[in-house]
Amino acid sequence: MKKTSVVRKIFKPGFLPRFFVKGGALITLAVILTIVIYILVNGIPNLNSKLFAWEYNSENVSMMPAIVNTVAMVVVTLLMSVPIGIGAAVYMVEYVKKGSKLAKIIKLATQTLAGVPSIVYGLFGALFFVKYLSLQLSILSGCLTLGIMILPIVMETTEEALRMVPVSYKEGSLALGATRVQTIFKVMLRPATPGILSAVIIAVGRIVGESAALVFTAGTIAKPMASMLNSGRSLSVHMYVLSGEGLYIKQTYATATVLMLLVLILNGISSLIARKLEKNTTTEE
Amino acid sequence: MSKYNKKIREGIVSVAFLISALVSVAAVILISIFIFANGFSAIGKIGFVDFIFGQTWKPANNQFGIFPMIIGSIYVTLGAVLIGAPIGVMTAIYLAEYCPKKFYSVFSGLVNLMAGIPSVLYGFFGLVVLVPLIRNNLDSQGMSLLAASVLLGIMILPTIVAISQASLKAVDPGYYEGSLALGATHERSIFAVKLRAARSGIFSAVILGVGRAIGETMAVIMVAGNQAIIPKSVLDGVRTMTGNIVIEMGYATDLHRQALLATAAVLFVFILIVNLTFSLVLRRSLN
Repeated sequence: MKKTSVVRKIFKPGFLPRFFVKGGALITLAVILTIVIYILVNGIPNLNSKLFAWEYNSENVSMMPAIVNTVAMVVVTLLMSVPIGIGAAVYMVEYVKKGSKLAKIIKLATQTLAGVPSIVYGLFGALFFVKYLSLQLSILSGCLTLGIMILPIVMETTEEALRMVPVSYKEGSLALGATRVQTIFKVMLRPATPGILSAVIIAVGRIVGESAALVFTAGTIAKPMASMLNSGRSLSVHMYVLSGEGLYIKQTYATATVLMLLVLILNGISSLIARKLEKNTTTEE
Repeated sequence: MSKYNKKIREGIVSVAFLISALVSVAAVILISIFIFANGFSAIGKIGFVDFIFGQTWKPANNQFGIFPMIIGSIYVTLGAVLIGAPIGVMTAIYLAEYCPKKFYSVFSGLVNLMAGIPSVLYGFFGLVVLVPLIRNNLDSQGMSLLAASVLLGIMILPTIVAISQASLKAVDPGYYEGSLALGATHERSIFAVKLRAARSGIFSAVILGVGRAIGETMAVIMVAGNQAIIPKSVLDGVRTMTGNIVIEMGYATDLHRQALLATAAVLFVFILIVNLTFSLVLRRSLN
């Protein structure tokens, strides 16, 4: 009895496609959960206050210097790149005709930048910022490289957010006698803020996670930076160096956990913003 | 403020916007110049054929053939697509068509999370989980083409899922409803009608995955073994172009260093071809 029902189930139309679709989804789900849980379970027991000591040495591979450098890189890179990204997006939405030659060139450049692998950014940074502009292996060289890398993310998301702003806002503002620039800063950018914010969060995630672009630009010195012109490793680079040495497996797990927690927090924030965005758009309709 | 001042201010701000917009164009030009100028001069010294098709990479003997690395990158990418594309597309179909509403935000949130996990974390996971798994169960050292392919297959999943799902959602609902009205089942309507309508979007998702896989660096280095020879089986170690650069850049000098920059130039050409294909396919899907 049971056997026939299984056979019937298999021959029921649509069983095979359903099987593959659900199987694929199950694999994806299992993979994500395995990675996250595996790292947290192995890393949390290895977290201790010594790993957050100010000083790094071969006996205590503290991640504190790397954390300090990472925070500095995030702040400086965002300060450089976000205004440029927003300005570029405003230009694309407000000043240039969609489909014009200039718009096409800028769009093509942005798409190309988005596809450039981080190691190519790293080598470019090493050739241009480190050598050509003689900034040496420094946090500044690293930030400049990262700044170019996150530019397309900020630009594209801001552009989308600006295009979502109802035309009536803009027309209303212009009709009231506001200038174009006033309209952009006071009327257009405000409703686009959540969208820009989510771009910033994604950019922060990329900066925190980046390693290949930083090894040859910011270097791997494990000291908290004293100035922008010092070399210094970020947390991801620290993690790469540690796992390459293979001597500090426990500490590597702990570092991986801190990175994972950071990614989880950033992801949480960005989904909160996304939910808020969704609410805004549905209420406006 | 006088009208004249206002006009000047408007002008200055709009020029600032224009300059911002041109930064990305300048960046692309600078990147191309620096990578290609350095790379091509090395290729000139080594000889195009010796460099691209040379089978031996022995910097100490002044032998700079990157053919094994080109093949390595292609193998690893192919492996990643073979693993990542079917699972990714199936997951996208599940999310777009089958997923219960309550579960949807959780699942798509997890896929987003996957996109945000840094390469080094994936690499480390591969090193401590995948590599031992392969070493203990198969006749292999563990660090292998197989390990790199599986890991990259996982890493390109979020890209493939996100874009495939978006293109499935963009299909006119009339297609699906029409198919149902003609008596087709839910499955048939999805697979024969919707999937077909979304096929170039899904194809472009896979191409973007290829771009990610071929450019991935840190995760691959950590699990691939990095021997600069063409692997004979999926259980052998493999070195990619990206791996070649990172492993040796730290200590390379002179022609060796330039040969690594030339490797980056070749990689960049591959990426540009992939990007071009992507935008061509995308344009076709929009028409």
